[in-house]
Amino acid sequence: MSWVALRMLTGNRAKFMGIVLGVTFAALLIAQQASIFCGLMLMTTSQIRDIQGAQIWVMDPNVQFIDDIKPMSEVELFRVRGVPGVEWAVRLYKGLSRAKLDDGTFQQVILLGLDDASMVGAPSEMIYGSIADLRRPDAIIMDENGYGQLWPGEKFQPGKVFEMNDRRAQIVGLCKARPTFQTFPVVYTRYSQATKFAPPERKMMSFVLANPQPNVPVEEACRRIIDQTGLQAMTNEAFAWKTINYYMLKTGIPINFGITVFLGFLVGTAIAGQTFYLFTIENLKQFGALKAMGAGNLKLLGMIMLQAAVVAFIGYGLGVGAAAFFGHMTGGTSQLAYFMPWEVLWGTGVAVVLISILSSLLCIRRVMVLEPAIVFQG
Amino acid sequence: MATVDKQPAIRCRNLVKEYGSGNSLVRALRGVDLDVYAGELTLMVGPSGCGKTTLLSVVAGILEPTSGEVDVLGTDIARMAQWRKVKFRRDNIGFVFQQYNLLPALTAAENVSVPLILAGVPKRKAVEAAIKMLNQMDMGSRAHALPSKLSGGQQQRVAIARALVHHPQLLVCDEPTSALDAKTGHTIMEILRNVAVEGDRAVIIVTHDSRVLEFGDRIARMEDGHIVSVSPEAATIAAH
Ligand SMILES: Nc1ncnc2c1ncn2[C@@H]1O[C@H](COP(=O)(O)OP(=O)(O)O)[C@@H](O)[C@H]1O
Ligand SMILES: [Mg+2]
Repeated sequence: MSWVALRMLTGNRAKFMGIVLGVTFAALLIAQQASIFCGLMLMTTSQIRDIQGAQIWVMDPNVQFIDDIKPMSEVELFRVRGVPGVEWAVRLYKGLSRAKLDDGTFQQVILLGLDDASMVGAPSEMIYGSIADLRRPDAIIMDENGYGQLWPGEKFQPGKVFEMNDRRAQIVGLCKARPTFQTFPVVYTRYSQATKFAPPERKMMSFVLANPQPNVPVEEACRRIIDQTGLQAMTNEAFAWKTINYYMLKTGIPINFGITVFLGFLVGTAIAGQTFYLFTIENLKQFGALKAMGAGNLKLLGMIMLQAAVVAFIGYGLGVGAAAFFGHMTGGTSQLAYFMPWEVLWGTGVAVVLISILSSLLCIRRVMVLEPAIVFQG
Repeated sequence: MATVDKQPAIRCRNLVKEYGSGNSLVRALRGVDLDVYAGELTLMVGPSGCGKTTLLSVVAGILEPTSGEVDVLGTDIARMAQWRKVKFRRDNIGFVFQQYNLLPALTAAENVSVPLILAGVPKRKAVEAAIKMLNQMDMGSRAHALPSKLSGGQQQRVAIARALVHHPQLLVCDEPTSALDAKTGHTIMEILRNVAVEGDRAVIIVTHDSRVLEFGDRIARMEDGHIVSVSPEAATIAAH
């Protein structure tokens, strides 16, 4: 009877599309909002992923996420270097500074100070210039989007000058950087330079970047650093997750997106459920005739579930496809965070299955209790 | 007087059916006694609301009687479990409705094939048999048309083909001509007379159309929840 069920479902094109669109809309809304959420969460870890070259991040034990800077004394660097299994360790400055432009306006920037000797953590993709140019006096490298933010519409000019903390800064290179959560321009410079560009503080060292010796596993090296220095030490990935978890637990972002996703679920259930229910009611006489002719409840149940499954499958495909298309369209052009991991696809699938189960439950009930005798009523 | 040696295909005794309860209680059947014989076309006539459809539904096993005996093809269907009743209907009963009740998304042949599909026949074979059945109804040329493209008379012919395709022992028809004009109704009755009555199949047709009385082997008159007369009496037909 499955072909009969499918023909009943698709017999009226407009109604069939109505039911499918309900599910599509729900899947789109859920997948899209969840992807933006994942994108935002990923964005919080942009700088962890941009600062490459070291496997281990070492920081003050109270640091909760990447932008939570608790400066350490320089002594800690040497203590980390002294931990057996650590091959090398270098300083990293990370903080906010204010750029003063020619026209006298100020703009917040993210300032990164790289170890003068090794330049560990330097940008991996240069658009103009090279890392070595950072050795020149007052030199900084800025990220492409940041440049556009400070000087909108202006073509990149090497050698452009501005001020930070009343000191001259000269742009010697342009690099790519992942969009950050704070959306400020990113400025790379040498550590010694950064301490002059930054507002003066008693302690300046934000992080220590370290690598284990080749025969020592990263986790083992981290554990030894923790044991010997009392600092926090973790892998890039662990630090990224720590940052994500902070935003998940300590901010309203997940709740806001959760509400939108839930609303999408409700609206989808309402639309799909209503259209599917109306569809069943309209076909009640047909179901009654089938029942009279000897189709048992189990068979009719199978037919309705097949119909619901087909609607769910098509609606899911269209909805998730549309969400992916949306991400593709916006991903390249704007700063909008969009990341669709398989968990989003999976979760949307579960939601769609729930929607179709909820929608078909009412229909199933109606058909189960249906008296076949209604077929004789004119 | 000739003896009755024929066993009835349907035997109702003191059959009662009540709808609702309390103030809204409707006594649709008030003690019906009726015998319907195999190989005959029995017409059931009576004014609107007298209980014809109710009686037909009980006999066809799609409505539970309140009390009384109803024996169909040698089985007491009042006491049959639901799932067995479903199978019983599938195997033994053909239905023709006033409103045809064809599935609008299926072609004529596909509609006719449904009882065979329900019985587990593969679709291709079922549709083949359906087309053969439609040919008998002079509907072969419209076998692949959707119901919406057919006239009322044509749709009813498709419905009759569907009711007969699995060769049921019992055919029940509720007002099969009352949605049709007189001439078409007459044709439908001829088809039922010529095609449906075959072997030892029992055919019951409910109607309030007095113009079709000539087609019945036997006329059961109903009034107010009772069978008031059956003519000719069982003995008379059995005698010739
Ligand atoms: N489902 C029902 N609920 C309550 N009353 C019903 C129902 N079906 C029929 N009746 C009542 O039972 C009586 C017999 O109805 P029915 O068998 O349809 O008569 P007929 O087919 O002869 O016109 C009528 O009074 C009708 O109103
Ligand atoms: Mg009636």
